[in-house]
Amino acid sequence: MLILDLTVQGLVQGAIYALIALGLTLVYGLLRILHVAHAALFTLGAYLGVIITNQTGSFALALVVAMVVVGVVGIGIYRFAYKPMLSQPPLVALIASIGLFIASEEIYRLVFGAYSISFTDPPLQTQVEILPGISLSYARLMVVGIALVFLSVLGWLSASTRTGIAWRATVTDPDMARSCGINIENVRYLNFFIGSALAAAAGVMVALLNNQVEPTMGAVPSYKALAIIVMGGLGSVRGTLAASLALGVIEAFGTIYIGHLLDRDAIAFAFLILVLMIRPQGLLAKG
Amino acid sequence: MAYEITLLTTMAIAILFALSLNVITGFCGQVSLGHAAFFGIGAYTAALLTKAGVPLAIALLPAGAMAGAIGFVVGMASLRVRHDFLAITTMGVTFLFVGFVRKQQALGGEVGISGIPQVAFGRPGLLALALVCVVLFVLVALHIRRSWMGFAFDSIADDEDTARILGIDVIRFKLWAFVIGTAGAGVAGGLYAHHIRFIGPDSFGFVESVTVLAMVIIGGIGSIWGVALAAAFLSVMPLWFQFIDDYKLLLYGALLFTTMRFAPDGIAGLAGRIAARFAR
Repeated sequence: MLILDLTVQGLVQGAIYALIALGLTLVYGLLRILHVAHAALFTLGAYLGVIITNQTGSFALALVVAMVVVGVVGIGIYRFAYKPMLSQPPLVALIASIGLFIASEEIYRLVFGAYSISFTDPPLQTQVEILPGISLSYARLMVVGIALVFLSVLGWLSASTRTGIAWRATVTDPDMARSCGINIENVRYLNFFIGSALAAAAGVMVALLNNQVEPTMGAVPSYKALAIIVMGGLGSVRGTLAASLALGVIEAFGTIYIGHLLDRDAIAFAFLILVLMIRPQGLLAKG
Repeated sequence: MAYEITLLTTMAIAILFALSLNVITGFCGQVSLGHAAFFGIGAYTAALLTKAGVPLAIALLPAGAMAGAIGFVVGMASLRVRHDFLAITTMGVTFLFVGFVRKQQALGGEVGISGIPQVAFGRPGLLALALVCVVLFVLVALHIRRSWMGFAFDSIADDEDTARILGIDVIRFKLWAFVIGTAGAGVAGGLYAHHIRFIGPDSFGFVESVTVLAMVIIGGIGSIWGVALAAAFLSVMPLWFQFIDDYKLLLYGALLFTTMRFAPDGIAGLAGRIAARFAR
């Protein structure tokens, strides 16, 4: 049953990656910026989730508040950091974003302390047997559930609402969208809000799974999410989902079978480099 | 005197390391977020050799050659992907290197390599060696600047497709940029290993790659003097002001961000603009 067990573990991990990477893909699709600081929002979400749950006792409330607050912070990052750089070459925004991310890790260390914090009474820890011989905690099931719900809602939004149509139009051709009367600034704000809120949700869920939040927790997911959106073919939502799940499963198997040669992160990036050498345009991108 | 020598050696190594990245990112326009991996390759190669009894001055050659050889392979990858894709691929190289070293008992694994022997003539000897390497590399960089290769690098950095149409052998020059840059980093790494005399996988991670990129960016992409100045200043700042050491990353992050936000061409660009204003 090891194979099945690893696959399930990998898919849960993949769902987390998907939540983080989706926000990055949305930003890249719209602005062609590799938004490294996205992971800072993931960490912020995790901190808010733990602190609010410990204060109020309600995990649901914490999840909602974390998503809204982080969503607003995301809008702030766009407004004050990226917007003035849009006319510069993309490298400028990338490096500024790395700077922002590194500085934010230090700010968290100063504000929340260098040591990790955790839930005083972690919710959703009961184990359930989903397949014969394989049990998962409710928290893990919820990760997959949240990913499914949010991604379906997002898919529906972009396919069948006016806002979604405006969003897709802006991605395809910002100038044309503007001349059709779409307020592309509003689209960008909304985009950053949704992407950042998803990162916060991922942060809260990871905090719950590990029952531990620390200033540097965003680092590895951040780099992996970048790897994922590159593998998915930058800006492609479906490609990102496929790459997230694939990476989750490959890491789960890789740590067991080639763990003596490379560590988990190295396996992820070895896979990335392999994919890029075979398909430089990403897994699902056309052309 | 010992303190000043340590300070100067730190500076010299940082300058060499930053200038080597400047060849790839500054001259040739290829963003590398994985330069610390080559610094690490050089450090490990040199450390293993000197522990086996080879003098450092000789061990630096294979250190540079090893880094350059692997840089050649990564350069081949750069031919396949561009811009953002390249940035992420090179970032992956750092993780791959660190993840690989961690698991190799022959390379000390998690613990790293300690007890790296002292160089002949001790600390002053190392400083002299480092200064020689820096001067040589600056000469190489200046020569590239003035040669046909410098022109080709410039055109690739500017617009790769146009360069290709003009008949510039883009593939060859990109590979040259990677080989020269990574070999320089390898030599810098070899010096570093004998400066600190202890190396471990954590000394060559992504943060170090970003730190050296910060030196190049803050100095002004492509400017030899700007980059050398930024590297010298940024590398010893944490040593001068102990309290900065605790907030080193905060400072680097903030500097990177503000440089990009307000002066994307770095110190060199800023100096140029100020000079132009006075000249008027």
